[in-house]
Amino acid sequence: MVSSDDIRDLLRDSGWLTVDASELSENDDLYAAGLTSHGSVNLMLALEERFDIEFPEQLLRRRTFESIGAIRNAVAGLLGGTAAA
Amino acid sequence: MQASHTATDDAQAGFRNALVAAGLLIPTGVDGLYGRSGVFEEVVERFNDLITSWGRDDGAEVMRFPPALARHHFERSEYLKSFPQLAGTVHSFKGDERAHQTLLRRLEEGEEWTDGQMATNVVMTPAACYPIYPTVAERGPLGDDGALVDVYSYCFRHEPSLDPARMQLFRMREYVRVGTPDQVMDFRQSWLERGRALMESLGVPLAVDVANDPFFGRAGRMLAANQRDQGLKFELLIPITSEEKPTACLSFNYHQDHFGLLWDIRTPDGAVAHTACVGFGMERVALALFRHHGFDVRAWPGSVRAALWG
Repeated sequence: MVSSDDIRDLLRDSGWLTVDASELSENDDLYAAGLTSHGSVNLMLALEERFDIEFPEQLLRRRTFESIGAIRNAVAGLLGGTAAA
Repeated sequence: MQASHTATDDAQAGFRNALVAAGLLIPTGVDGLYGRSGVFEEVVERFNDLITSWGRDDGAEVMRFPPALARHHFERSEYLKSFPQLAGTVHSFKGDERAHQTLLRRLEEGEEWTDGQMATNVVMTPAACYPIYPTVAERGPLGDDGALVDVYSYCFRHEPSLDPARMQLFRMREYVRVGTPDQVMDFRQSWLERGRALMESLGVPLAVDVANDPFFGRAGRMLAANQRDQGLKFELLIPITSEEKPTACLSFNYHQDHFGLLWDIRTPDGAVAHTACVGFGMERVALALFRHHGFDVRAWPGSVRAALWG
C-alpha cells in the first residue's frame, strides 16, 4: 500500500524540489516544482529503496515521475496492490 | 543479432584497415588512438575553416584550451554522474627515489606499475565546451546579448573501438550559446538548419534525428529517455561503416539550465541562464568525406572541392 502522503513525505525531505512538497496537489508538475533530470534519477532510486521495488525499463521515463499521483500509481502497480488516495 | 554485429565489426575493421593502408591514419596498436596524415589533416583544417565561414556573422568569441580541464572544474561539472565510464584522468609519478626504483623494477619484470601513479589536477577534456562554462560564470551576470563562444579542442573518451569513427582522442569544434531560453533555442534552431545546409554542400547523404547521450547504467537509461522525450539532443547522421547505423557527425544540444545551475550563470534579470551548443566531430566528418568521395581528394567532386578549397 502506498499513499500520496508517503510520496509527499519523501519529496519534502529530499531537497530535490524548490517548493514545499506539502503544498503540492496530486497532479502538480514536479518538474515545474524544480525537479531536475538528475533529481528524478535520485527520486527513482529513493523510491526503489523505500518500497523495495525495482522500476522496469519501460517505467524509467520522465512521465513516470511527473506528479505525486503518477508516482503513486507506478509504485502501487509495482507493489501489486492498489493505491490509497 | 550476432550475425549483424559481426558484419558491423567487419565493416568497421575493413574501413579502418583501408584508411591505414592508404596512409590516412597511422596505427599505434591501441584501438581508437591514431596518427593522421597530411592529407587527413588538410581535410580537417579545410572543414574547420568552412565552419568558421558559416558561423562568422554571429561574432562568436574565440576561446582555445588545451585538451584538458582543471580537476576542480571537472569535479564540479557532474560529468562523473553521467559518464564515469568515459572520463580520463591524468595520473603521474609522485614518489621518491626509492619508489622510483620500485617503479623501474616492476616495469622491468612486467609487473603492474600503474597502481603507484597518483592523480594530478588535470583531467582530459570530454567535450570541447566544458572549460567555457566556468570561464563565462567567472565574468558575472551575462549582458543582454548573452554569450556566444567558439571552441575547438581535442577531446578524450575512454571507449576503445575497432570503428575508426569512434576514436578515443578526437577533435570537436563547437559554438556554445549562453543566455535566455529564447536566445538559446533560436541559436539551436538556426544551427539545425545551417548544419544541414553546410553538410549538404559537401555532397554526403545525411539525416537529422533525435538522439541521446551514452549515460551510464540504469540511472543513465532514465536520463537518456528524459533527453529523448524532451527533444534535447539532435544528431546529424552520415553512414560511414553502416547504412543501418549511421554515424553522428554533428550534434545540436539544448542543456536547458543544467550548466547554468551548476556554474551559477545568470541572465541580466537574475534568472538562471540556459545553454546550447552545436558540435562538429572533425574526424568523423573527414571520415565521412573519405568514405563517400574516395581517398584521393584531388578526385573529389568539383562542388565539394569548391566548398572546401574555395
